[in-house]
Amino acid sequence: MKYVDEFRDPALISNAAAEIRRLSDPRRAYRFMEVCGGHTHAIYRFGLKDFLPENIELVHGPGCPVCVLPMGRIDDALTMTSDPSVIFTAFGDMMRVPGAQGSPLAWKARGSDIRIVYSPADALKLAEKNPDRHVVFFAIGFETTAPSTALTLLRARARGITNFSVFSNHVTIIPAIRAILDSPDMRIDAFLGPGHVSTVIGCRPYEWIARNERRPIVVSGFEPLDILQTIVMLLRQMKDGESKVENQYARVVPWEGNRAALKAMAEVFNLRPYFEWRGMGFISQSALGLRETFAGWDAERRFSIPGVRVTDPKAAQCGEVLKGVLKPAQCKLFGKECTPERPVGALMVSSEGSCAAYYNYEHRKVLAQIEPAAAVRAIA
Amino acid sequence: MCLAIPARIVQLFPEEETRALVDVAGVRRHIDTGLLAEDPPRVGDWVLVHVGFAMSKISEEQALDQIQLLKMLGEEQAALEELAGYDPADPVPRLEPSSWSTS
Repeated sequence: MKYVDEFRDPALISNAAAEIRRLSDPRRAYRFMEVCGGHTHAIYRFGLKDFLPENIELVHGPGCPVCVLPMGRIDDALTMTSDPSVIFTAFGDMMRVPGAQGSPLAWKARGSDIRIVYSPADALKLAEKNPDRHVVFFAIGFETTAPSTALTLLRARARGITNFSVFSNHVTIIPAIRAILDSPDMRIDAFLGPGHVSTVIGCRPYEWIARNERRPIVVSGFEPLDILQTIVMLLRQMKDGESKVENQYARVVPWEGNRAALKAMAEVFNLRPYFEWRGMGFISQSALGLRETFAGWDAERRFSIPGVRVTDPKAAQCGEVLKGVLKPAQCKLFGKECTPERPVGALMVSSEGSCAAYYNYEHRKVLAQIEPAAAVRAIA
Repeated sequence: MCLAIPARIVQLFPEEETRALVDVAGVRRHIDTGLLAEDPPRVGDWVLVHVGFAMSKISEEQALDQIQLLKMLGEEQAALEELAGYDPADPVPRLEPSSWSTS
């Protein structure tokens, strides 16, 4: 109960933990997947595993966009920077993600004009200010960021800005959940649905999981109490033999989602026939490409993209960790060759990646127990 | 990029209807409210911001909860950095009050 002081209401937390014990059947095992990387981060940060009985396992899902991007896409993106007219823009999260030819940061050090932006709108503004250059925006993310990219492209078209293009790596969460359910080595009993993605897509798109796959799914907030309450709701459904979509995060997530955001996305993007996910292979209709009407703003059409396919370093087991088959610490490189300071795989780069979250909280905790002096050195 | 940053709308611009000035802990930046076209925010409203765009309207109580959560997750600095990073070429005056520190 290390972090209990930081919880807003320890009594409510204890109640939820007791309710989880009461509702769970000690004779069986439960595997719940939190789809969203934000939940993964919170679960580790707050040590929520300590509040759950042994037989409830939280499996970390694919909801970290940096983590599921195949390495080859980074190399593809960075080849565009060899054109000296290009200003390449990306979110800060991407800068340290390794491609086979190095991370964006390494390319920048070698002379590529790569700049961090915090918003696609700023990439567009950069294009307006530099009419003699071409600005490429490296677009990444689930439905939380895709509407912003879409609206930026609508603005580019409205303002007639043609020295701007988007390299789209936007992915959608529903097909990834479907792929997990179809995967023979996965056995997930129920899902903690993503919070912020659901503010955009609403709760309706999850109904097939409940109806056809007979898996309960509860859209969850990010606070410790939210996550424990979500687990209570999942257990209650299972105990009652139900499988339905529920919304624990109704204070932020409207059931119908954000229609203006969905409209902007539909106007700009269409579903690619298939897209590669790191560790999960090709998933059909799982990613957003630009529609023909936006061909002029599509970096993939404007530049010749090599279509690099890179297999992950052999020893790294990002795929197995990403699918929840292995725990982060079971990967051979974890904490040795691969650390947040020197990441080999993307799961170690983002704070929402399960390896980085595990390393920053669990691993350090374990180190501290075993050998305090060494742990201090490792953290320092 | 995945951070949802709670921010209070302090100014709207009639000539540019989807532009809004927001305040987070005294840091003021312009964001785009175009994704809230169905229910545009007004001055004083709180919104959750992702990558420079308001994605949803929230109550003040939810906003303060979200601020607290970012603090607990150790992401407060990252959130402020992200906000400060929006359109850095277009700075706006730094003013109190600090809505962030009220929690």
